[in-house]
Amino acid sequence: MVQTTLHQHSEAQVLQGRPVYIIDGARTPFIKARGKPGPFTPVDLAVQCGRPLLLRQPFHPSDFDEVILGCVSVISDEMNPARIAALRLGMGDSMPAFTVQINCGSGMQSIDTAYKYIRAGNADLILAGGAEALSHAPLFFRRQAVEWFASLNRASSLAQKIKSLAAFKPGYLKPVIGLLRGLTDPVVEMNMGQTAEKLAYLFDITRQQADEYAVASHSRLHRAQQEGFLQNEIEPAFSSCGQVFEHDDGVRPDSSLEKLAKLSPAFEPPHGKVTPGNSSQITDGASWVILASEDAVNRYKLEPRAIIKDSEWSALSPSIMGLGPVLSSTAIMKRHQLTLDNIDLWEINEAFAAQVLACLKAWNDTDFCKSVLGLEQPMGEMDQSILNVDGGAIGLGHPVGTSGNRIVLHLVNAMHRLDKKNGIATECIGGGQGGAMLIEKV
Amino acid sequence: MKVDVLEHVENLNQYGPTYTSVKPNWLSRLDERSILWLQLDKQDSSANTLSEDVLQELSEILDDIDNKSPTALVIGSAKPKGFCAGADIKSFKSHDESEMANMLHRGHAVLDRLASLDVPTVAVIHGHCLGGGLELALACQQRIGVKNGLEMGFPEIRLGVHPGLGGTYRLTRLINPVTAMTMMLTGKSAYDRQTKSQGLVDDLVESRHVENAVCAAIEKGVRKRRRKFSNFMLNTLAVRKFAAKKMRAESEKKAPSTYYPAPYALIDLWEKFGSSTHKMQAAEIQSFASLITSETARNLVRIFFLHQSLKNQAKARADIQHVHIIGAGSMGGEIAGWCAMQGLKVTLSDQQAEPVAKAVNNTGQLCRDKHRTGAETRDTLDRLIPDMRNDGLENADLIIEAVPEKIDIKKKLYQTIEPRMKANAILVTNTSSILIEKLTDGLRNPARFMGLHFFNPVSKMLMVEAIAHDNTSTDVVERILAFTRDIGKIPVQVASYPGFLVNRALTPYLLEAIVMLEEGIDKTRIDEIAKNFGMPMGPVELIDQIGLDICIHVADMLADLLDKPMARIPDNVRKKAENGELGKKSGKGFYQWENGKIKRDKKSTSKQETNIPDDHLTDRLILPMLDACVECHRLGIVKDPDHLDGAMIFATGFAPFRGGPIHYARTRGANEIVTTLEKLSQQHGERFKPDQGWQSL
Repeated sequence: MVQTTLHQHSEAQVLQGRPVYIIDGARTPFIKARGKPGPFTPVDLAVQCGRPLLLRQPFHPSDFDEVILGCVSVISDEMNPARIAALRLGMGDSMPAFTVQINCGSGMQSIDTAYKYIRAGNADLILAGGAEALSHAPLFFRRQAVEWFASLNRASSLAQKIKSLAAFKPGYLKPVIGLLRGLTDPVVEMNMGQTAEKLAYLFDITRQQADEYAVASHSRLHRAQQEGFLQNEIEPAFSSCGQVFEHDDGVRPDSSLEKLAKLSPAFEPPHGKVTPGNSSQITDGASWVILASEDAVNRYKLEPRAIIKDSEWSALSPSIMGLGPVLSSTAIMKRHQLTLDNIDLWEINEAFAAQVLACLKAWNDTDFCKSVLGLEQPMGEMDQSILNVDGGAIGLGHPVGTSGNRIVLHLVNAMHRLDKKNGIATECIGGGQGGAMLIEKV
Repeated sequence: MKVDVLEHVENLNQYGPTYTSVKPNWLSRLDERSILWLQLDKQDSSANTLSEDVLQELSEILDDIDNKSPTALVIGSAKPKGFCAGADIKSFKSHDESEMANMLHRGHAVLDRLASLDVPTVAVIHGHCLGGGLELALACQQRIGVKNGLEMGFPEIRLGVHPGLGGTYRLTRLINPVTAMTMMLTGKSAYDRQTKSQGLVDDLVESRHVENAVCAAIEKGVRKRRRKFSNFMLNTLAVRKFAAKKMRAESEKKAPSTYYPAPYALIDLWEKFGSSTHKMQAAEIQSFASLITSETARNLVRIFFLHQSLKNQAKARADIQHVHIIGAGSMGGEIAGWCAMQGLKVTLSDQQAEPVAKAVNNTGQLCRDKHRTGAETRDTLDRLIPDMRNDGLENADLIIEAVPEKIDIKKKLYQTIEPRMKANAILVTNTSSILIEKLTDGLRNPARFMGLHFFNPVSKMLMVEAIAHDNTSTDVVERILAFTRDIGKIPVQVASYPGFLVNRALTPYLLEAIVMLEEGIDKTRIDEIAKNFGMPMGPVELIDQIGLDICIHVADMLADLLDKPMARIPDNVRKKAENGELGKKSGKGFYQWENGKIKRDKKSTSKQETNIPDDHLTDRLILPMLDACVECHRLGIVKDPDHLDGAMIFATGFAPFRGGPIHYARTRGANEIVTTLEKLSQQHGERFKPDQGWQSL
């Protein structure tokens, strides 16, 4: 079933290096894609939440050593969005900035890269983020249509032109939707929803369980909004045409089992279990986290909110990419001799309800834990009250390059609110990978 | 420490060509192709102007040109700011008509000499190329524009004249004559790509390609460029007659011929002499010499210098890069957008997100209205940072408070913000109606607090009142004056006085209009009368623009604080405001408004009051405003009466050709005005009683 074994870093290797602190962070509201390009590009979003974040820091924006931004669907006007964002944020001409891409893990990859640079002593202060505007995902011409355009361009004589024109087929006008292609794995030729269907089948997750999970996710997010738990996390976004977005707008407080039951399977109709209602939403959003060394903390008198203890990336067959969190989180827990009991809060990105539930089931499966994770005993049953306490991508949406950043930011905020010590943020990654990060509250 | 590499690289000079000084105002070099490059470098000045000595020296250089026998002549500028900002207006001041004509003849001779050289002549133009500067460029055979910031135009009409160094006939010959006339009649410049499409320049290149472009132009230039047939046709007598008629009608709307003779003189010139350069040249000289010595031009030139002197008040550096604005209402929002557009970092704070979003939207719209590029608009909006947590306060160099006009609210706010301000940050209030010293107690450091009163709409109104209180430090005043100048506004220092200067002077004028309405005089007639005097907008329309609520608020405050009686606001007008008929912003005031414009009734009905002569009504409207200005002058509210005139012109549009209220009052005669006021006072009440300041005016 899983052909991957965990590669183990020695503990000494991990604990070497300087401590790395999370100082602050902010994100935009997550704005549901509504069938047309939204008001913000990826960089616009990064600027919207970056400006207020930088404004409240006691140091100057140009004091950063580096900017790293995760972004999957880079639009053609914004190649290397990290650098464009850095410049637009007034961080100065001399600010190095690069963009990272590991699909759904990109926003965490930026934090991890920053973490490792600071840990190794290469940098002291890094702005690491994620930005995604899935509503701006492009429409492409079909390959045959592009060839037709080219032949028309090459035609020099009138006769050739007429001949080329005549070769036109109406089908050429039908665009290829970039987003759908992007969410399909080219190696196993399954789209992401199908990988969730596969996990639901393998781990026997029912449609009702997935729907129940989705309802809970919406209601947790709704409660968090009502109670103001997200107030110190979200910065309102102002569009150039005068709109203001203050809240994640994908939440459905009235979501219920009855309503979700009515939805048809989106990916494998008519028998599948994965519906739009129990999947993450397609959404635009950006998020930043500031990471600092001890030196930077002292120099600028910063107040660390958390310390990054460890991180891990794992990989497995793309067809079951949803199990990625189990591999990467377990690797960290093993390295630090931690059990589920030692982790006070979890953020597992909700790509699909069935996928999250499959992860939980895998940890509770003796066979799986033994053969795949190399554990004598199963990890056990995770208490769902400490998992995604304020909802997740099912209600918020999943701007792919941003989500990994958001779950780290939110984990830090939730640990402070609930006064918890240890937390893990982890996500599954399209293409068959998983990323995880162990965070400790300061 | 991070190094600005770009700045260092751009300052590397050793790779550029070296010029030597040949005349006090001219640099030159002869390159290996024997091209003679001249650069205008007006001594002791940051910008070039075309003064008599500059032209005289050019004439000497041209005299010497046969000895050098260059293959071509190139004229450029050594000033980073631009090619040439125009004629030296100072030299116009002292001449009478015949002296003026003589001076013009000398100038024409030099430019004609340049125009008739045998070798190719090329003007290389960057930045401003205005008025006389453009006339110099037009005398060259070809013009090469340098991209980014190129501005070419004839702003002379704003000074009450038209081009006088050959511009009228050279431009109408070079480009589409109707476009040329429109440029000169409106005084509007052409920018960057426009200059190329209109044919003002033959080529438009990056500064790094100037050398190659000049060589290409010289090569090409041997072949004489032919005039476009359409341009030739448009310059025929029949077309000129037809177009001139339309131009006169258009001009009459903007600048009535009674007060502004220049546009009509220009139209006559072209209509009559458009087909002969010689005749047009002679007529241009005559017409210019007569216009420049007219009352209108003298007053408009005076305003030009008032503008300069107000702008140049500030000697210090503002040292303000980050402005924090509290209150995103219409004033706060507009100030924020304006500052962001001028390149400053702006944080805009409000308790609500919606007004901030509106400010962002309006700023985007303003950028588009001002033809900013997409990237410029984006950068402006990036600099305008919505700040819902007031975080910008701590790093800002200047904090502008624009919260509601309540002393308590403002003082309470200051208590919370002052401790968070940087040590050298300045706090200003945009109050229009509260005396500044009423806000100082409770401040830890009142020395860094003052008033800075912007006018609505901020993007259009140049004037800003700077109001210090007794304990404001001079350093803070200096920095605020410099800041105002840096953002392209004109500061006028005003003492803390009810309504400061502008509202103090304007309110009696607006109130009198309301009284007239009550008497049954038609609103359009009232507005017409004011416009006939030379105001840009009638008082009734202005009330609707400002907002009835604000007018009433200011009027009540003045009535409360001043000893002088004010006209009483009738109850039904107050009721109107209470019912939400506030004017433009609510769609209905005294006028009906639609899409920001007045919806005109087909025919105004009441005409029974026509027996009252216009002059009487004009005096009733204008004299109370003059009287208030005299009062402010007597009390020293504005120290320099010239500044007072400038303030009223730039803030209210007070008939510019009349030179300002004090200047107008002096011209008309204080005694005559006092007599009239006394008569009005008997007829209409105490509010017309002349101020004691008239005696010493």
